[in-house]
Amino acid sequence: MPLDDRREAHSTGPDPGVIEEVEVRGHIVDSLLLPKVLDRILQMGGTFEILECTIGARRVDPSHARIAIRADDAASLDQILGDLVEHGATPVNPEDAKVEPADIAGAFPDGFYSTTNQRTQVRINGRWIDVADQEMDCGIVVDPATNSPRCVPMIDVTVGMPIVVGHAGIRVVPTERSREASFFSFMNSGVSSEKPKAAKLIGVAESMRATRAAGKKILLVGGPAIVHTGSAPHVAQLIREGWVQTLFAGNALATHDIEQAIYGTSLGVSLEEGEAIEHGHEHHLRTINTIRRKGGIKAAVDAGLIRSGIMYECIKNGVDVVLAGSVRDDGPLPEVISDAIQAQALMRKSVKDVGFALMIATALHSIATGNLLPAWVKVVCVDINPATVTKLSDRGTFQTVGLVTDVEPFLRSLAGLLCNPSL
Amino acid sequence: MTTTPRILMCPPDYYGIEYEINPWMSTEVGTDPVESRRQWQALHDTLVDLGVAVELMEPEPGLPDLVFTANAGLVFGDHFLSSRFRHGVRQGESAHFERWACARGFVVESLPPGHNFEGAGDALFCGPTLFAGYRFRSDARSHHWIGERLGVPVLPLELVDPRFYHLDTCFCPLSETAAIYYPGAFDDYGRSVLTGQIGTLIEVSAEEAVSFSCNAVVVGQTVVLNDGAPKLAKALNDLGYRSRPLRLTEFIKAGGSAKCLTLRLDGEEAASWKRSPELALPKLGATG
Repeated sequence: MPLDDRREAHSTGPDPGVIEEVEVRGHIVDSLLLPKVLDRILQMGGTFEILECTIGARRVDPSHARIAIRADDAASLDQILGDLVEHGATPVNPEDAKVEPADIAGAFPDGFYSTTNQRTQVRINGRWIDVADQEMDCGIVVDPATNSPRCVPMIDVTVGMPIVVGHAGIRVVPTERSREASFFSFMNSGVSSEKPKAAKLIGVAESMRATRAAGKKILLVGGPAIVHTGSAPHVAQLIREGWVQTLFAGNALATHDIEQAIYGTSLGVSLEEGEAIEHGHEHHLRTINTIRRKGGIKAAVDAGLIRSGIMYECIKNGVDVVLAGSVRDDGPLPEVISDAIQAQALMRKSVKDVGFALMIATALHSIATGNLLPAWVKVVCVDINPATVTKLSDRGTFQTVGLVTDVEPFLRSLAGLLCNPSL
Repeated sequence: MTTTPRILMCPPDYYGIEYEINPWMSTEVGTDPVESRRQWQALHDTLVDLGVAVELMEPEPGLPDLVFTANAGLVFGDHFLSSRFRHGVRQGESAHFERWACARGFVVESLPPGHNFEGAGDALFCGPTLFAGYRFRSDARSHHWIGERLGVPVLPLELVDPRFYHLDTCFCPLSETAAIYYPGAFDDYGRSVLTGQIGTLIEVSAEEAVSFSCNAVVVGQTVVLNDGAPKLAKALNDLGYRSRPLRLTEFIKAGGSAKCLTLRLDGEEAASWKRSPELALPKLGATG
């Protein structure tokens, strides 16, 4: 794969490391102290970000710069800071974050810090530390043993858990758009059906390649329209060739897919002929009944009852599948989790290490997944309805790139690009 | 209108090498008190001969480096910013210098605790700008503090060779637009700053720099400096300056020469504020 893709893939998440802010002031431009300090940081293996820079208007006016320095570990950072102090830089010492023990289970203390999906850092014992498991609409718990902060959903709060309160000692580091893949910068103009599809499609394929090359997972969030439109074989091929590591769906996608595998229909409509067949409407419930009688999808695959389709490939290829149920489900299939909280917890666990999410033809599952993903995970939402993409962005998953199109030609072309790169 | 140049000196009654705080000092080598006195007197007499009114500090036993009055502090108009010596062995000097400055009517001020700053040894005006050396004795942040306090542009320059541990051992402003310097004492940044800011820069060779030829006293168009720098003398001559070489070997043993032994009280020739006293009204800006 091209080197550029690899670099791009590595930039999908925040760099690891520790951060400290310093301030340099005085005649730092004429004295070349500002470039010198920046050069020193790089020479010593650190990286920097200029957070603020004010240049004096007249010769006598001092200038001022606030610089965030990032190093691989605390020792390297200390070494850089020790050097910079010699050149007149002074560490900026804001307060540590305030922590309060949770007084009741399942709820945060009043005044808790409510998270976003953007990279966040908490200051603990004078050091900025990246928050793990970044997720919007959570609180931040600080592990008392390791002093490491992570996002925690309200429902997981236990009594005594140290929860960050207030806004002191917390900062949000916006995702650097310029470092994102060119595809994402190319597609930053929101949702429209009137956009060239081919370039976007190639961009999606390149992002998936880069994600896989970087050792990150690709997540597919799929709705039943994948099966209705006859796209299941394309998705099955993508799974078979290793382009999907995690699948989030509901009872419907799995049921229709299995119905197709067993009866060749989806909700009684023949996928080959496109017409309803006699007694076809029964296929749906008979499929669920058969699988329930077998004890589950895996058992049915093992018994040779299901021999093709999305769910078959998932079982055969070890894809991490979370099927979350809803109140309108028939059956449901035994693997469908009907406890929404439990499903959410499993999805939360499964989104770790996901570097790319492809959301196809499902509004609610897409929004639920978007809620769990940090802002640096690339999200592509494909739907015939522009409102689905808009809803996802409006709920905070602003990094979403939308493709308003019928899913079948999209998936056919994507499978063609990824599974047969020569075409 | 010209005023009489005024310079502070301190007789070397108690001068000697009692400790080692720079690469030149060796307590084993020691100094010759008679020769030291003779060399110091020659400098004194040369300055008087040049029309300088020399003021004398009372020497103090136990403070051998009090003789190096350049390190007392920084004079800016009627302000005297007292030094904060990095090494404990010299810190006792400040009380004496401050007492003297008070008695002479200066407004005396010190840098906040924790700062290191060694006066005119590390801070030299060239035009309106204060060029300031840091790393071995003074801190870059102290220079920034001074810049804000006095309302003058300050350009800190890192010193990279421990033999040239004070700025006045490797840089000497001659006028508002000319100076001599030894490039090897600075890094690329420092050299770029100096060449970018000062119109005429005379480079001193490494051989002549180690004989402390940059540690010179400028009085009008005369440069009093350690002998052993014929090339520099010629370059100065080409610029219209006369050289007065002196043998100050006893003081080089402690890492000092002509400039270190003097503190100009009415403003160096190169300082803009000397000719425009209104510039020397400290802005007394708020400093943190």
